[in-house]
Amino acid sequence: MLKKLLIANRGEIAVRIIRAARDLGIATVAVHSAADTEALHVQLADEAVNIGPPAAKKSYLNMAAILQAATDTGCDSIHPGYGFLAENAEFADAVAAAGLAFVGPSGDAIRLMGDKVSARSAAHAAGVPVVPGSTGRVAGIEAARHVLIDTGFPVMIKAAAGGGGRGIRIAQNLTEFETAFPQAEAEALAAFGDGGLYMERVIGRARHIEVQILGDGNDAIHLCERECSLQRRRQKVWEEAPSSALSDKLRDQLCASAVALARAVGYSGAGTVEYLYDDAADQFYFIEMNTRIQVEHPVTEMITGVDLVAEGLRIAGGEPLRLAQRDITPRGHAIEVRINAEDPSRDFAPFPGTVGALRVPGGPGVRFDSMLYPGYQVPPFYDSLLAKLIVHAETRDAAIARLVRALSELQIDGMKTTKPLFQALAADPAVQAGAVHTRWLEGWLTENASRLSAAES
Amino acid sequence: MAQILSPLPGTFYRAASPDQPPYKADGAAVAVGDVIGLIEVMKSFHEITAEVAGSNIRFAVDNEEPVMAGAILADLD
Repeated sequence: MLKKLLIANRGEIAVRIIRAARDLGIATVAVHSAADTEALHVQLADEAVNIGPPAAKKSYLNMAAILQAATDTGCDSIHPGYGFLAENAEFADAVAAAGLAFVGPSGDAIRLMGDKVSARSAAHAAGVPVVPGSTGRVAGIEAARHVLIDTGFPVMIKAAAGGGGRGIRIAQNLTEFETAFPQAEAEALAAFGDGGLYMERVIGRARHIEVQILGDGNDAIHLCERECSLQRRRQKVWEEAPSSALSDKLRDQLCASAVALARAVGYSGAGTVEYLYDDAADQFYFIEMNTRIQVEHPVTEMITGVDLVAEGLRIAGGEPLRLAQRDITPRGHAIEVRINAEDPSRDFAPFPGTVGALRVPGGPGVRFDSMLYPGYQVPPFYDSLLAKLIVHAETRDAAIARLVRALSELQIDGMKTTKPLFQALAADPAVQAGAVHTRWLEGWLTENASRLSAAES
Repeated sequence: MAQILSPLPGTFYRAASPDQPPYKADGAAVAVGDVIGLIEVMKSFHEITAEVAGSNIRFAVDNEEPVMAGAILADLD
């Protein structure tokens, strides 16, 4: 078992990790920037170390400062949380090289899954369905024309070295393709110094479904799926477990494929295999694997009763998986909504401010993961997530009703938040029917944005 | 003598990305509407445009430094 853990993160996830560590009797060291001296994770940890100025690059992304803090305080382990250094293979390697346990997979596993082309190849080799497209990089336009037989149109041409939506072109037909491919090649070379391209069929309307897995390097299990189709600018805002869209047969196939991939790469820790699910065609396709604990992990914890962060800490401490697949029996339905410091009536403008009076929802089936307290000054330097409101009930309908009840209890004075968005979504017939896809919310927002005034909160 | 103030709290950047030249070199002239920098607030970027014209811009805040709303970003002649 680990003895002393440094949490290389901030905000609600740092608080979440401190809680899990303390439950297991592990001592905790918080790190913080100069802007986070008063932060809740700093207050709750056994010790705290200032690792630099407000800018994340100089503090939460500063590997040397974090490793130094771990050494100085006698830690035997580091938890990266999500974001910041969580999927940085170099950091995982550096932690291991310093003789500390990294709570997560090996640097090699992060590297393998972090590269889109190698992740896709690994998934394909493990028998996981991938979006029809090229096997790795395409060697020139002649080879690319052959790939079109599998993909059809529309086809997406992506820079292998790209990311965050950069370096992507879509061709609707052969004429467009003949122009777009050489342009994409030149662009990729100019932007990334690497003209490598790969191609994929464009999946039009799809749901985002992901499978939670836990591995110990030898074996792996799944903890069912989550659905996160409600997204704005590719950011999830509302997550559920289980998905209401899957048949039992397809759910079994999907979850089994995630376990096969985790086993094939010798995965250690908590991870998520993400898929697009085309419900019209009843087909699912691998998108990527996230090699970390995810923001939306609590919905899985609510339906399975497993503390994913604690299991990750046990695995990092050298224990084999304590749970077998037969031990995982999901119960009921859970929903999480992300309460962000954004003003939904002003196109989600960020709203750093000071928390006034605070009323936190509670009662049966309600969980509130947050770093808020009355008087907390939300710094402008980091992301806008303030809290995650998670509800659990016997059925999806009951979970939505409970969400509405919990939102009515929630009061965060002094801040603009996304609470009015969730009150409106919970009342929407399409959301209630689960009839949504990954582009549904953006369309809904263009129709309904004017109704999202703070008057409701 | 004029000043350009930050309308937002956040992190100040003088260039659109690290591999690009600054929007305004030290000492440059500024016209109304010119972008002089970016403020990053909670991972979203906002262009800072000059509401006054002037010459010889002198930045009061370094690249990638934190600023409060209302802070002086630059002075102009």
